[in-house]
Amino acid sequence: MTNTPSSSAMSATLAAPAAGGPWGLFGRRKSASKPPEETDAKRVQFNSRLLPYLFLAPQMAIIFVFFYWPSVQAIHSSFYLEDPFGFGSTFVGLANYTDVLKSGEYLGIARFTAVFTALVTFFSLAIGLLLAVKADGVIRGNATYKTLLIWVYAIAPPVAGLMGMMMFDQHIGPLVKFAAFFGWDLKVGLNYNDTAFAMIVVSVWKQIPYNFIFFLSGLQGIPVSVREAALMDCRSGFRRFWTVILPLLAPTAFFLLIINTTYALFDTFGVIDVMVKDKAANNPITLVYKVYMDGFRGNDLGGSSAQSVILMIIVFVLTIFQFRFIERRVHYN
Amino acid sequence: MHRTKLFDHVILMMGVFFMVGPLLVALMTSSHEAADIHRNGLQILPGGHFIDTYTTVLTKQGGFTGKITGLRMMMNSLILGIGFAAGKIILSMLAAYALVYFRFRFATITFWMIFTTLLLPLEVRILPSYEVMNTLKLTNTYTGLIVPLLASATGTFYFRQFFKSIPDELLEAARIDGAGPFKFFIDVIVPLSKTMIAAIFIIMFVYGWNQYLWPTLMTTDESFFTLVRGIKQILLVWVGSNIPDYNEAFALAILAMVPPVMIVMIFQRWFIKGLTESDK
Repeated sequence: MTNTPSSSAMSATLAAPAAGGPWGLFGRRKSASKPPEETDAKRVQFNSRLLPYLFLAPQMAIIFVFFYWPSVQAIHSSFYLEDPFGFGSTFVGLANYTDVLKSGEYLGIARFTAVFTALVTFFSLAIGLLLAVKADGVIRGNATYKTLLIWVYAIAPPVAGLMGMMMFDQHIGPLVKFAAFFGWDLKVGLNYNDTAFAMIVVSVWKQIPYNFIFFLSGLQGIPVSVREAALMDCRSGFRRFWTVILPLLAPTAFFLLIINTTYALFDTFGVIDVMVKDKAANNPITLVYKVYMDGFRGNDLGGSSAQSVILMIIVFVLTIFQFRFIERRVHYN
Repeated sequence: MHRTKLFDHVILMMGVFFMVGPLLVALMTSSHEAADIHRNGLQILPGGHFIDTYTTVLTKQGGFTGKITGLRMMMNSLILGIGFAAGKIILSMLAAYALVYFRFRFATITFWMIFTTLLLPLEVRILPSYEVMNTLKLTNTYTGLIVPLLASATGTFYFRQFFKSIPDELLEAARIDGAGPFKFFIDVIVPLSKTMIAAIFIIMFVYGWNQYLWPTLMTTDESFFTLVRGIKQILLVWVGSNIPDYNEAFALAILAMVPPVMIVMIFQRWFIKGLTESDK
């Protein structure tokens, strides 16, 4: 991939979503030779010593108090063992970390989180893409489908979880009856795997509209001339999709991959909290839920903080990895 | 050719069924009586108790939570949604304006300090954030509910991107006319950003309305519960009772989703524009 101006312009038009958001920043930085701060600068600017700080003050104040202070606090308390009754704390070095990482329970939850994240990301991307391609293809009813398919975006994860509880309810749930028809005795809330299945279904359901919106706007950004050329070159619709459309959607897909991973790791908290109904003991939970449980139910400040820091590192590494390695393989041109 | 189109419609209809079906069932079921639902399962046709159920949920004190009515929860949700959206827009427009239109010494470091907030979501630092709120005595206040959620820079990046696309000539012209930074901001930047402000307002309102984890931690006093926060209470009732009030549970769930869904539907165009051109 070359960093010519034309390639970056191409990527900017094709990857409208990716170039617009904060993530696009990286893309921009990669394709432009200068760091963003310098390229951002307007040719003409105001010169004032005080004013910029005045404008930035509210945002910076909030970031300091509610972002940097708690983050530093988390790192700090991850090295201490706090007395549960609040009588001081002792420095224990890395003990909190080793305790967490040695715990079989924690590793089990980590494994589940990885599987859960992978499945939710895969299915919500795949179904979102399928629906977007079909909605882009049909002419009649296009707008209606679009409107109906994006509704669910506006629903809060715990409300989605509640809907799931209803569909999977032992007494009244239609999906339980449907599964029973195939001889599957679906027991959500009692059986570990069944609960995991229901959580994944609900989390995917909640996330499909988001992916649908982005894939559809990505598809509509592909110029008609490109489609027509592809149509002339290749009769097979499937192959045309695979070799022409999909590579052109790669920037959108890449952007969505990050968003969906973050969603599955963090935003599904509401779904899980509602679906395990406070009985987390033999139900599947994710790492974020574990941080919450240990911190607020177990009163284990040190352990919970150590887990927070581990999560911070995971998010950090994931972001860096995605930008360094995956984006390189995405075809922008 | 014709056959493939038909197949496309079939897939889309299945998608619509999967996405919208549960919502329809919830709406219909909420208009039946609890005993009826318990006997006959979920309903797909409207029952005769729509008004009763919703009146009960909205006005009866202690329907689920002991002290407060659905109406009060709805008001709290609105306060959170609107407060969050408005706060986010004001903060981020000001910060983005400073970053784009001013030359100052610590610009680079400020930029990166703001950028870092995008990497770590609130969920990974919940306990320490809670401790900070406790220290500041902000639990069970609207300030504590709204302000910490503002500590992420998504909006700032969105407006920064937009301001960069505004032609430089505007500023040159404004300066020739003798406009200072304040005048330029109020008379040029704000009017130009109108559509963007609307789009970001919709997205942020939905985001604020739908917050769950943070309100769960911050509010133990029921008079501060939002509708989404109240979902948890619905379930606790649900688990314990003999014939659960399914109808009221669904009614409350419907109330919790109607305002954001309506906003997304009505302002669909702005919403999609805001979403695809910014980021959540």
